[in-house]
Amino acid sequence: MELSGSQILMQFLKDEGVEYLFGYPGGAVLHIYDEIYAQDDVKHILVRHEQGATHMADGYARATGKPGVVLVTSGPGATNAVTGIATAHMDSVPLVVITGQVPTHAIGSDAFQEVDCVGITRPCVKHNFLVKDVRELADTLKKAFYVATTGRPGPVVVDIPKDVTRPDLKIPYEYPGTVAMRSYNPVMRGHPGQIRKALDLILSAKRPMIYTGGGVVLDDAADALVKFTRILGYPITNTLMGLGAYPGTDPQFIGMLGMHGTYEANMAMHHCDVLIGIGARFDDRVVGDVNKFCPEARIVHIDVDPASISKTVKVHVPIVGSVGKVLGEINGMLEGSNRRPDGQALAEWWERIHRWKSIDCLAYTPSDTLIKPQSVVEKLYEATGGDAYVTSDVGQHQMWAAQFYPFDKPRRWINSGGLGTMGFGMPAALGVQLAWPDAQVACITGEGSIIMCIQELSTAKQYDLPIKIVNLNNRYLGMVRQWQEFMYENRESHSYLDSLPDFAALAESFGHVGMTIDKPADVEGALREAFAMKDRLVFMDFITDPAENVYPMMMAGKGHNEMVLSEQTRQRELA
Amino acid sequence: MRHIISLLLENEPGALSRVAGLFSARAYNIESLSVAPTEDETASRMTLVTSGSDEIIEQITKQLNKLIDVVKLLDITGDAHVEREIMLVKVRVAGSAREEVKRIADIFRGRILDVTQSTYIIEVTGDGTKLDAFINSLDRSAIMEVVRSGLLAIGRGEKGLRL
Repeated sequence: MELSGSQILMQFLKDEGVEYLFGYPGGAVLHIYDEIYAQDDVKHILVRHEQGATHMADGYARATGKPGVVLVTSGPGATNAVTGIATAHMDSVPLVVITGQVPTHAIGSDAFQEVDCVGITRPCVKHNFLVKDVRELADTLKKAFYVATTGRPGPVVVDIPKDVTRPDLKIPYEYPGTVAMRSYNPVMRGHPGQIRKALDLILSAKRPMIYTGGGVVLDDAADALVKFTRILGYPITNTLMGLGAYPGTDPQFIGMLGMHGTYEANMAMHHCDVLIGIGARFDDRVVGDVNKFCPEARIVHIDVDPASISKTVKVHVPIVGSVGKVLGEINGMLEGSNRRPDGQALAEWWERIHRWKSIDCLAYTPSDTLIKPQSVVEKLYEATGGDAYVTSDVGQHQMWAAQFYPFDKPRRWINSGGLGTMGFGMPAALGVQLAWPDAQVACITGEGSIIMCIQELSTAKQYDLPIKIVNLNNRYLGMVRQWQEFMYENRESHSYLDSLPDFAALAESFGHVGMTIDKPADVEGALREAFAMKDRLVFMDFITDPAENVYPMMMAGKGHNEMVLSEQTRQRELA
Repeated sequence: MRHIISLLLENEPGALSRVAGLFSARAYNIESLSVAPTEDETASRMTLVTSGSDEIIEQITKQLNKLIDVVKLLDITGDAHVEREIMLVKVRVAGSAREEVKRIADIFRGRILDVTQSTYIIEVTGDGTKLDAFINSLDRSAIMEVVRSGLLAIGRGEKGLRL
């Protein structure tokens, strides 16, 4: 079959099983758009800004495990996509981002809409390619998908100059079914000797703690993790990225850990004698002060990325490999023997954990007059039966979503944990809704974040994507205001958002349903009404208590045992 | 501590900037870096000299290994190896200095590659300390240009870094 570069690209995407292409046209990709016009196999979603395209593809990828695919033009098209690429990179999300480039003969001449896309994206991709010859196109695309989806996943950029896609130059095409790269062979199976050492250490624990991250979700290893945790009966905490890998409503789950983790999870981290880190990267928001981290613990760390092991915290038993495969092997060894942990010590450990839990660190003071943001998340949980896909933006609302909406399944909680990208939530929700058209999809956001990609409400209308937006509107950049209250003597420097739009009217102007809710009594009804509108996007603007803070909090430079508690919790702790 | 890391890279455009970018992005030191194709034209061999604590060196090697263009890597610091660097020095020489500079070059087994009425170009090879010593033995004000290759290193015996 003789095809042009554009035809090869579209045929390849079809052969690769790509369902959606999130994109925005422009000069350098017009040959490709002409081929998109000529086919129906890959559905193109026209976004309103390239950042939106990357976040939609990202949401799609996180919700399905399949790579998200993006097509943007050269120059500003590529630079607009960079924030979304960096977001996916920090959270190890498989994306393939195809960027147009000026023709090969014009590269380096400062041509119209030229940027060095490979250079600009190099630090925030897993890998990138510049395709200079149409004969390399199919193989390069195959490599891009292979690198993006294997090992520790991540975004891959393929920069394609316009002349490579020209319609008049046709070459033979065959789908490259396999790919071989001598320089890229991720280690998937854990070292047997290390696994045995880890098991010995795990079983010797008197005060064990399981700490898991996004790697468990990415590797679809939730079932293996549940089995592992249940056989041992150990307490488990998840990072922000790892929520849902272990059921959030299970009694062995003691909440998220880290800066806004639960008191019991952080205290258990501080006092544990064996820490089992799985698919997590000991990030600063989780660890706090490295020198105060788990002072009494021997540490096992399972991760597919060797560079994540002993990067910030020195571990004692490292295992490089796919977390699912390694957990599967450990589970097999546990099931095949009667070696079990010290039941007496474990019972005493659980007793201490329950005492920490009894201070009820997430408690907040209810109000009849002001809507408490936490209560909105709790009522959203009830209204959706705890079974929604929930995306979020970044800030206080993100933490409340993580604290008050327990996720029982992986891939249900979708947020920008690593890069902390405001504007992520709504476009990501659109990608999730495309992937799962019948699912309930909610975006928990704030008035600061939602504005950053608000234009995608238009995309939502064009493709009839009935997501539900839960805007916790406190008229402040809440997390900034909270830090200013705690660390800058309440000097609210540029954290108050003046001149906000009427969000309900704004949503309606895009053709959606808008609601403004300012009384606590109306919260539940509004949510039920919104979710009853199955085929409409509903924007719920909840006017919330502007003074509410996220508790508990481990301040920067502190240890897990030095959390700041809310007033009411502090009193219970003293009692 | 100073470490010498040898790498085999895919001979692709951009491979060098991936390595250099990694060092600047993660604030690692580079003391010297030299790179050129090998007998196999699909691969380039890089010799990189860096310094840091054991933890930092461990991260550097892991992060380098993670780069898709890095085929193989070996920290040869601890193994028996040969180190060489080449240096070209252009010196201003007039009158009695001509003999004096030639004598110093001979002591360092240097070769004079170019002679004009007022200048020499001298080639010296050796490890870094030898080249430093040569520079220090010259009259500073006479030195016009110094070009150094950066360190090249290779392990002794059977052990090595091959595709």
